[in-house]
Amino acid sequence: MSEGPFDPAAPLRPTGNLRRRRVVSQVAEYGATAAAVLAVGVLAIVIYTVLARGAGAISFDFLVKGEPDGIGPMLVGTAEIVAIGTLIAAPIGVLIAIYLTEFGGGRLSGFVRLTLDLINGLPSIIIGLFVFGLLVNHHKQSAVAAAVALAIIMLPIVARGTQEVLALVPESMREASDALGVSRWRSVLTVILPSATGGILTATILAVARAAGETAPLILVDSVFDGKEVSLNPFEVVPNIPVKIFRLSEEANPEAITQAWGAGLVLLSFIMIAGLGARALLARSKARMAG
Amino acid sequence: MSTVARPIPQARPGRGSRGGDRRRSLDRFGDAALRAVCGGAAALAVLVLVVIGFQVVKGAGPAISQFGLGFVTDAEWQPNFEVFGAGTVLYGTLISSFFALLIGGPIAIAIGLYLSLLAPKGVRGVISPLVEMLAAIPSVILGFWGLVVLAPYAQKHFEPWLHDTLGFVPLFGEPQTTGSSVFTASLILTIMIVPIIASISRDLFLAVPRDVQDGASALGATRWEVIRGVVLPSTTSGVIAASLLGLGRALGEAIAVAQVIGAGSQISANLFKTGDTLAARIANQFPGAITEMHKASLFYLGAILLAIGLVSNLTAQWIGKRFDYRRAIAR
Repeated sequence: MSEGPFDPAAPLRPTGNLRRRRVVSQVAEYGATAAAVLAVGVLAIVIYTVLARGAGAISFDFLVKGEPDGIGPMLVGTAEIVAIGTLIAAPIGVLIAIYLTEFGGGRLSGFVRLTLDLINGLPSIIIGLFVFGLLVNHHKQSAVAAAVALAIIMLPIVARGTQEVLALVPESMREASDALGVSRWRSVLTVILPSATGGILTATILAVARAAGETAPLILVDSVFDGKEVSLNPFEVVPNIPVKIFRLSEEANPEAITQAWGAGLVLLSFIMIAGLGARALLARSKARMAG
Repeated sequence: MSTVARPIPQARPGRGSRGGDRRRSLDRFGDAALRAVCGGAAALAVLVLVVIGFQVVKGAGPAISQFGLGFVTDAEWQPNFEVFGAGTVLYGTLISSFFALLIGGPIAIAIGLYLSLLAPKGVRGVISPLVEMLAAIPSVILGFWGLVVLAPYAQKHFEPWLHDTLGFVPLFGEPQTTGSSVFTASLILTIMIVPIIASISRDLFLAVPRDVQDGASALGATRWEVIRGVVLPSTTSGVIAASLLGLGRALGEAIAVAQVIGAGSQISANLFKTGDTLAARIANQFPGAITEMHKASLFYLGAILLAIGLVSNLTAQWIGKRFDYRRAIAR
């Protein structure tokens, strides 16, 4: 390092090597920025395409009429199976979360957590095969089968999401409750759960948003419908949006393609609004919990 | 200390000791009941996972006893002749997912770095949710977009360009007339896994202690050198775990792949030809499968997929655990 005596007037300009290192660093930063721009760009292109091509298909008739003019029965059917799925998954998910934060300890709850992560990572088509084998094979396709498949997909999302908010409930609240001699179950039901309502709702909405667009399991367990009429009987096949889009996308005529874009726009808008709503709700409830 | 100890006032009796008893026993019952119900729910989750495995293997039973383990590598799949093998789709699954990870991994890690270390705070707050939104697009919509928009574009622009510049690699052969190809499927899978890997690695990078990074900067390291020398080495295993989770997602995607991959039935080194994957073949053929053996073979494909998926997820969890452990030591 020593090149002659110290020269206080030496220029602070970078010499060759430092300049190279700075250029490398600069290039890396630009690269990372470009990657982020690319991802946002792809999102923008996809959303723009769905908006631009789907908007033309949307009309009042399209939303309420049945096949071949509209997707009314499919909308109702999707709402039904997602609703039943939520009714199954939400309570069980919350109970599992309570188990993990309030009762579980050590090995066993680690095992349950691992199970939830594995279920979350299962390909959804596998869940479709499972429900087919369990409920559809030798019987028939039904809304209930579809709802069970969606519930399995939703379960880990609700459970893990709820568990995270329950963990955020201040320890002082549990201690205060204990100090007052409140028993465990009362303090869980009247102190801990109420203070985590916002977070539980967020997790449930996120799960609903995920389930609403699931297609793979429905193709196996709830896909043989003509979509002309609204049908609500949970033990029969009900028409639904994702399978409809999948079917339309396999047709070649432009009419079908336009309808698919329209149905896609409806589904995507619902999912995006639900996602944004969940995000806002989470921010609010976190702020309240901190404050 | 000279004050005379006052007698402690007697606790006022409640509504009679019998009421207290009743409440206490109610509490004891309530505690036990809540614990049992919650434990039952947790056990149910474990049971579901076990039963899923059981059902899938049971459904595959006839095919397993007919074809044995040779099924996994056998490339023949002719439903009309009752001949089935997973070779083609297994190849298609591995090559498309691997390629997606090859493109998507570096992009996702770069996004993670940008969102955790480089972006100004305001920008980060906008871009982070946008990247996560990409993961929320349902696969059927993304696949439809891939089929109608991306595939023709890729066939007209990306594929000829890749063929002209890298044509000596067998992977980049002659482009086909439609855009439905393994290559397009890989691009769609890339779009699906980037947000997953990006958001996990962002959280990993955010957890790297600030003072270690500042220390490197103080020693004269440039921003890239801090990333290269401090941030990445301390998060390697976490990043690998994140990539494995992304890979698992890519391996199991059925719908979007079924829409764009073209349901080919040949093994070809050329990425621009059609192909098929385990999950996509199940989605495509299951509704139309009539014979028991056809269905059982599709279940067999599902069993293979389940095995691969569980292995990649478990490995990710295991590596992730090691990461936690190491970080705990470093503190």
